[in-house]
Amino acid sequence: MRFKQIVSGVAGPYGDLTNPRCRSLNSRMTQALPPFQSIVDAHARAVAAFLRGMLGPEDADDALQETFLAALRAYPRFDGANPRAWLLTIARRKAIDEHRSAARRPQALAEPDAVAAPGGAEQDADGLWAAVGELPPKQRAAVVLRFAVDLRYREIGLAMDCSEAAARRSVHEGLKSLRTKSEANGLEEALR
Amino acid sequence: MNETMELKRAARAATAADLDTAELSARLAARAEDEGLLDVAYCEVDSPVGRLLAVATPKGLVQLGYPNQPRDAMLEALAARISPRLLEAPARLDPVRRELDEYFAGRRREFDLDLDWRLTEGFRRRVLRETARIPFGETRSYMEMAASAGSPRAHRAAGSALGANPIPIVVPCHRVLRSGGALGGYGGGVEIKEQLLQLEGVLGS
Repeated sequence: MRFKQIVSGVAGPYGDLTNPRCRSLNSRMTQALPPFQSIVDAHARAVAAFLRGMLGPEDADDALQETFLAALRAYPRFDGANPRAWLLTIARRKAIDEHRSAARRPQALAEPDAVAAPGGAEQDADGLWAAVGELPPKQRAAVVLRFAVDLRYREIGLAMDCSEAAARRSVHEGLKSLRTKSEANGLEEALR
Repeated sequence: MNETMELKRAARAATAADLDTAELSARLAARAEDEGLLDVAYCEVDSPVGRLLAVATPKGLVQLGYPNQPRDAMLEALAARISPRLLEAPARLDPVRRELDEYFAGRRREFDLDLDWRLTEGFRRRVLRETARIPFGETRSYMEMAASAGSPRAHRAAGSALGANPIPIVVPCHRVLRSGGALGGYGGGVEIKEQLLQLEGVLGS
């Protein structure tokens, strides 16, 4: 067997390099990870947009730091496949943690400004986004990934640890609840 | 559908505010250093011989790159060879920047920096360690360096060790010349070798 392998192919740490199945495993396992700084530079904006969408601008800042620190810690074990989806998976867990700890803190009263006042397109947009913040976590994450981070369903699935179909379903359920809400709140204009 | 356009616009308005990536990186680097996660730190250092890329591990300065060496390729190679936990983190390189500034201003004749020698080994490392001991303003030949590293006849190997010096200037391979006094080669370009020897008063300007 050993002799055959040497004659028929090229040995790699995970078997014959001329066999396509082994080859992909070999290249995956031996490919070096790029410097972490390049991961930060390439994806900080996408992760920030996601966390701002999930938590609002103030809490997003700390969660962004925590996300990249956790990613740096785990980086040597990362398989290198899709850094953006990998970072967003970590960010989503940080956002859930942040929500849990926020729920334990005494609630601040909603600022009057945050309540949509009837008026121009900007206020409609604010009101619409405030409604996204009230969606259940899964739908909210899916809607934010789709519309704030601009991801396709396949990548939303990767970032949410679910299938592409489930990601699509979450986005559509989110849109449906937004539509129901907006009708109740008189925001039909924004959603029509 | 207009609905998704509207939602995209609202999303952008709510989340696309400017992100200060430099500030994010600086805070991240500081936290990483505190928690022992900063395996490799780098920063750029302006100098009279061009913008240098300084790289340090927790052990010390591990590489100093010249402008003619491609920065990204160098960082990728370091990520593969040392660790991918590699960040732009100027704070760790403060002493390096300070001593280089002093050297180029003519106020420093000897570097007092921790060095990480891991990018060289064996004979090459011995040659470079010996090179680090050549005093400011003096020169040696490739043959002398081969001899002091223990292999008098290996002057070619000594030359290639010096050509691959990962920490030039601080490990002063510019002080090694051909036996007849000709400059010989230099990783950063022979003009820089000339410039450094002028700074040290070996060559007239």
